[in-house]
Amino acid sequence: MSRPYAKLPAWIDYGLIPLINLVVAFLVAGLVVLLVGESPLEAAALMLRGAFGYAEGFGFTLYYATNFIFTGLAVAVAFHGGLFNIGGEGQAYVGGLGVAAVALSLGAILPWWLNLPLAIALSFAFGALWAFVPAYLQAKRGSHIVITTIMFNFIAASLMVYLLVGVLKPAGSMAPETRTFDAGGQLPKLKGLFELFGFNLGGAPLNVSIFVALVAAVFVYVLIWRTRLGYEIRTLGFSPRAARYAGMSETRLIVVTMMISGGLAGMMALNAIMGDQYRLAIDFPQGAGFVGIAVALMGRGHPAGIVPAAILFGMLYQGGAELAFDMPAISRDMIVIIQGLVILFAGALENMFRPGIGAAYQRVRFRTEEPAGANVGEAR
Amino acid sequence: MAEPAIELIGIDKSFGAVRANRNIHLTVERGTIHGIVGENGAGKSTLMSIIYGFYQADRGEIRVAGRPAAITDPNAAIAAGIGMVHQHFMLVHNLTVVENVMLGAERSPLLDKGIATVRAELKRLETDHGLEVDPDAVIEELPVGLQQRVEILKALYRGADILILDEPTGVLTPSEADHLFRVLKQLRDEGKTIVLITHKLREIMAITDTVSVMRQGEMVATRKTAETSVAELAELMVGRRVLLTVDKRPAAPGAPLLSVEKLSVKDSRGVTMVDDVSFSVRAGEIVGIAGVAGNGQSELLEALSGIRRALRGKVAMNGRAIDPTREADPAEIRRIGCAHVPEDRHHMGLVLPFEENENAILGYQDDPRFQKGPLLDLAAMRGDARDKIAAYDIRPADCRLKTANFSGGNQQKIVLAREMERDPDVLLIGQPTRGVDVGAIEFIHKRIVEMRDAGKAILLVSVELDEIRALSDRILVMFAGRIVGERGPDASESELGLLMAGVDGKEAAE
Repeated sequence: MSRPYAKLPAWIDYGLIPLINLVVAFLVAGLVVLLVGESPLEAAALMLRGAFGYAEGFGFTLYYATNFIFTGLAVAVAFHGGLFNIGGEGQAYVGGLGVAAVALSLGAILPWWLNLPLAIALSFAFGALWAFVPAYLQAKRGSHIVITTIMFNFIAASLMVYLLVGVLKPAGSMAPETRTFDAGGQLPKLKGLFELFGFNLGGAPLNVSIFVALVAAVFVYVLIWRTRLGYEIRTLGFSPRAARYAGMSETRLIVVTMMISGGLAGMMALNAIMGDQYRLAIDFPQGAGFVGIAVALMGRGHPAGIVPAAILFGMLYQGGAELAFDMPAISRDMIVIIQGLVILFAGALENMFRPGIGAAYQRVRFRTEEPAGANVGEAR
Repeated sequence: MAEPAIELIGIDKSFGAVRANRNIHLTVERGTIHGIVGENGAGKSTLMSIIYGFYQADRGEIRVAGRPAAITDPNAAIAAGIGMVHQHFMLVHNLTVVENVMLGAERSPLLDKGIATVRAELKRLETDHGLEVDPDAVIEELPVGLQQRVEILKALYRGADILILDEPTGVLTPSEADHLFRVLKQLRDEGKTIVLITHKLREIMAITDTVSVMRQGEMVATRKTAETSVAELAELMVGRRVLLTVDKRPAAPGAPLLSVEKLSVKDSRGVTMVDDVSFSVRAGEIVGIAGVAGNGQSELLEALSGIRRALRGKVAMNGRAIDPTREADPAEIRRIGCAHVPEDRHHMGLVLPFEENENAILGYQDDPRFQKGPLLDLAAMRGDARDKIAAYDIRPADCRLKTANFSGGNQQKIVLAREMERDPDVLLIGQPTRGVDVGAIEFIHKRIVEMRDAGKAILLVSVELDEIRALSDRILVMFAGRIVGERGPDASESELGLLMAGVDGKEAAE
């Protein structure tokens, strides 16, 4: 039996199973909270209120979600080509160089809306470039992309420390970061937009790059499911031998797919650097590249799943921070444990409940469709 | 009468929403050879996996020698006296025969005692059953027939009274298969019970005592072999009467459209698989390549279709010279007017998770007909797929359905429709009916003959000797990478069988 589990209806596949995974993750997280002597219900309430309960918190949630949309899309594109891009973190980090190059040089000359497309192009290019080397090594030499992209995260980290400490740091400053960008290098916040509807975002760093992220989601959908390149990427991902049979160049596809993936990860820097910090600082991606893996897994590689999954993780970041603040017994590390549990159940253990649910569904369906044992006589 | 060896009562097994076995009742009498036939996907392998403890039945009871047996895993099956010989051998290739037989029955951390026991036991089995094999031979150096014998010895060593063989002759030459049958008959005469799973009806007729037919997960009939016929079994398998011969006129071949000269191909391990092969295929003729799987046919097809780079040689296709030793490019071969139905439908010819219409353009994704600006023209793709579904009677007629959800026969029709509707001049076909149900075989054979009559040059590779003989106008036999003989379509099966086994052509003719 090459196909042990038949296709389940979409509402189970995309609705029920992720929901059950999530509930189990939170139940286990609840046990952890119980262990440190706090009430899980209270903790959940605090977390939800922190993430969605008031406009500023929600603004933070969406700000984090923007990062995760970019990195989630990056991981998903590579997934479709059968490539596991663990290097989103490093690609985003290096992508920051592209953003900084535009913002530092043109920030005082051009307005933000002219700098934005340039920053998009350069952050994409820098991220793509950082993904190119592992991609080329995979395509030509067979060096495993998982290993090389992980190693490139470390190389990126060291490279950026070198640049920020030695090259980009303004003279006289003690912080390993660039100078603050001029006005043209700063993306507008959405505070004004939300005020029109009577919400006060306060200090939330939500900015226009969330729209760039949403456009990128549409772009990824069109690319993967509507273009020839996407068709070729999916063919390669499902069956490299079929791709070869169909006359597609595996080398070209691996390199192109990884560069698109790296470029999308690089664009994450728009949100963090141009939208919030207005300077290129050390370790600004803060793990968004890795969260992107969980987001892509949970979103099943589809933009329509990645956006909600990114918002969920945005909630975990923002709500988690508030929770750590309000419940001193729950430290920052506990939040990381809870996030880890969600990643574990939603991503890594994605298939844990599937067989059981599939069997249960099929039992219910067949019981209603045909009475059991109706054709005993015929078989004899 | 003694208690039956195995009794199955009301076995049900589902995988997700697929019901692989429904309400199966089966009685296998002691000391018989019991055949189980059915098309691919009829549920034979699932049923045997339940008896052997790989799967648990959702419902139903298994009785061994009259007593209910709880077979929860293969160890329990072995304890109950059931042994299994798998279609794909479960042997460790770099270990010796003794070590393989001992595997899982070592008894102590130090091996010397176990090895001594196995040696003594192998000796006894050899004298008792005539199952001769060198105990110190390394598995990968043994021919396939002997590897299979090691599998049988493994089962007997563990005390099997009941032997289940899953498609045992798929990898054997005809003479090796004959030898296997002699061994099985002897084991039966010594009181062992044998369950033989196959889709080859001739084998069933040749050696079984009783035969049960499965169709779509159900056991539809059980017959005494002596009281049934191939035609009746085929009808039971498919559920209707089928044509087993191919209707065709003599060929009227024209100019050569494919000529191969001194072609040599190495596989990915660096082993020469095609060795200095020359032949040509003319317009309007089917040239069949017969041979046991693994004698270079796959590599030959891959080299001709541009998937694999050849070591040396020359190929001319449709009047164009091609250098097969260059970096391979299947797209170029397609442009020249050569289509390829690959042997491995699941991993090469189709992308199973794709929608049907997406597979209908695989290999032709560059065709301007399917482009709309920077995007793929989904409407054109689906329209084209619907036309092919209608022309080839592909069922279900739904071009949006996931390809994995089509049956083997319909999947093959998807590939054939794609390749044949391009109206190629040269057609390379590998295993056109592997894993295809009998009803679809008829249809596929008819299409291949139609292509020939339309003046195409067709190179057919198949491990089914019957198929080669039924379709081909000329038969080339491949053995160990070489073409060891050419025969007409009327060559006898035994003659071809000897050639396939590597017996020299002159001897074979005698």
